[in-house]
Amino acid sequence: MRIVSLPNALMAFTLMVPVASVAEDTDIELLRAAIDELRADYDARIMELERRLAVAEQNAAQASYTARSPAPSQAQSSGQAAFNPAIGVVFQGTLWGVDGPGTDSEGFAVGETELIMNANVDDKFAAYLTAALAFEDGESELEIEEAWVEATALPAGFGARFGRISSAFGYLNAKHSHQWDFADLPLPYQAFFDGRYLDNGVRLTWLAPTDTYMELGGEILQGEGDPSGLAASTLFANVGGDLGSVGSWLAGASYLERDNMASLTGAHLIWKWSPDGNWKDRNFVFQTEYFDSGDDGVDGGWYAQAVYQPFARWRFGARADGLQTNADDPRRYSVMFDWSNSEFSRLRLQFTQDRTGAEDGSEWGLQYIHSIGAHGAHEF
Amino acid sequence: MNKLITAVLLCALPLAVNAELRVFACEPEWAALADEIGGDLVESFSATTALQDPHYIQARPSLIAKVRRADLVICSGAQLEIGWLSALMQKANNRKVMPGTDGYMEASSFVLRVDATADVDRSKGDIHPQGNPHIQVNPHNVTTVARALSVRLSTINPDNTDIYSDNLNRFLVDWEASIVRWEAAAASLRGKRAIAHHNSWVYLLSWLGIEEVANLEAVPGLPPTAAHLSQLTTRFSSGGADVIIRAPYQHGKSSEWLSERTGIPAIVLPLTVGGTDTATDLFTLFDDIIARLKEAMDDV
Repeated sequence: MRIVSLPNALMAFTLMVPVASVAEDTDIELLRAAIDELRADYDARIMELERRLAVAEQNAAQASYTARSPAPSQAQSSGQAAFNPAIGVVFQGTLWGVDGPGTDSEGFAVGETELIMNANVDDKFAAYLTAALAFEDGESELEIEEAWVEATALPAGFGARFGRISSAFGYLNAKHSHQWDFADLPLPYQAFFDGRYLDNGVRLTWLAPTDTYMELGGEILQGEGDPSGLAASTLFANVGGDLGSVGSWLAGASYLERDNMASLTGAHLIWKWSPDGNWKDRNFVFQTEYFDSGDDGVDGGWYAQAVYQPFARWRFGARADGLQTNADDPRRYSVMFDWSNSEFSRLRLQFTQDRTGAEDGSEWGLQYIHSIGAHGAHEF
Repeated sequence: MNKLITAVLLCALPLAVNAELRVFACEPEWAALADEIGGDLVESFSATTALQDPHYIQARPSLIAKVRRADLVICSGAQLEIGWLSALMQKANNRKVMPGTDGYMEASSFVLRVDATADVDRSKGDIHPQGNPHIQVNPHNVTTVARALSVRLSTINPDNTDIYSDNLNRFLVDWEASIVRWEAAAASLRGKRAIAHHNSWVYLLSWLGIEEVANLEAVPGLPPTAAHLSQLTTRFSSGGADVIIRAPYQHGKSSEWLSERTGIPAIVLPLTVGGTDTATDLFTLFDDIIARLKEAMDDV
């Protein structure tokens, strides 16, 4: 280690000062400019290199993807399991209480557990199965709600579905119970179909090539009277569109003829709203249906409901439903609110005031709807 | 002679109409790209706007009617549209655009998607097993999709291959030049740290060299919780992040709440074309993204 003595350092300093003072200012400026230029040049070169690197990376990524099919890239798997259908299970149950004339009861009921499976059969057919598992009167029951095959490659806007289907009559009939906004179906569905109208048969639809949605269709169904017959048929038409970017609507009419029963005509109107069309946080749905029957006992039925989601997770709804009979006109008024932690779980509280009997009654229910596995997109 | 002219006209008219391809884009960025590559030959429609969360769209009748007449459906994919697209497809009765055909294209399948996972469990929120679908906010991804789209338009409509190819080349010259410009302008953002409302920005941030240090959503897809926000307040009260980012359709309450308590600026960035007044096409989209990021962070 060399130690510089103070005198030596001083001498070096005094020697340097004159040299510095002699040097011209322009030289320093030139040097500075040269260094700046060098730095800028390097910056530019580094940036260019980074850009080239990014492009090279991108090209490499692209090269590795051109080998793959541009169709939806599912995880590649070679086993049979890769062709497994989408499977979903929906769990439902209700804690309920009734306070009516002569009855005052409460209990816990595990509702239908829905098992849903679907997949494309091949490039021209898709198949779908919904089975409802229920426990009633001490026995486990398995009911096939829907089991149909759909033709997916028909030309000119035609569609066909055959097997066990939920009829396209009305609006709510096609919805599974986990999609309902209230714990039970409105009175007209209970009176005319004893729930939903599910039957075996064939459906044909045609969608018009217009900007306004226009669907026409018909069904030929087995009917309930004759187990081997083709004794029921429907015709239906639906139109719909948007109202600006915030609203959309669907209106429809349907006609049902069944053996040994009076014909039924239905009309429905659905209007949905959300700010800017952004559904996630805030939205509103109004929905009404009217059934008219040639039946002597029950002339018709109707319901109207509104459901509002003021912010994510919470929804509030009100519904009025009723029947027109030659004896009296039963009415019900329901309110509900529900909380959904995600799209897959929902807890609902519902109160219903019942004016169906001679005296008023009331019901309450606390319902859960939980869904696991694959869950297909919901229709409008 | 007149008859001949009429006959020629009659033959030409349907051709002129047929030359138009109807493109149904799930998101505005792909409609904008279809306009760039297809030019006058394409009539594009976007199912969603920049003010709507594309995860949550109603399968509206108007959208079914549009899919019914579409020649090409282009979507981000990677399950971004899982909640509504299949319902449209099922009702639309249009075999030309069914998944698996030439008329259906998932943009994200052409680029390297990040965060793909086999660990699929819904307790972890809105999981996309095939990777993050918000690929449009890296312009290099747009380049790749533009190439693929040009090929696809030529496949469906081979008569106009030259036009699609010319349009692509013209677009890419401008686009690559713009990328150089954006990267130069954003050089000062390298190394900054961002908090994102939802993980919509991973491709943008990795492109610009900005680190994503946290999300406002504790679990992807579910609204930010109070517990998670107060935890973030503690974590970032003495720095550690330079900006809080959200998309126009995300509620501003959470990011502004955190911004007030930590002093970190909260900004809205357009996630796609139309997200802000200035982001009117793909070029101005990135102009605006970078301008807004610089405005929030360069002065700090």
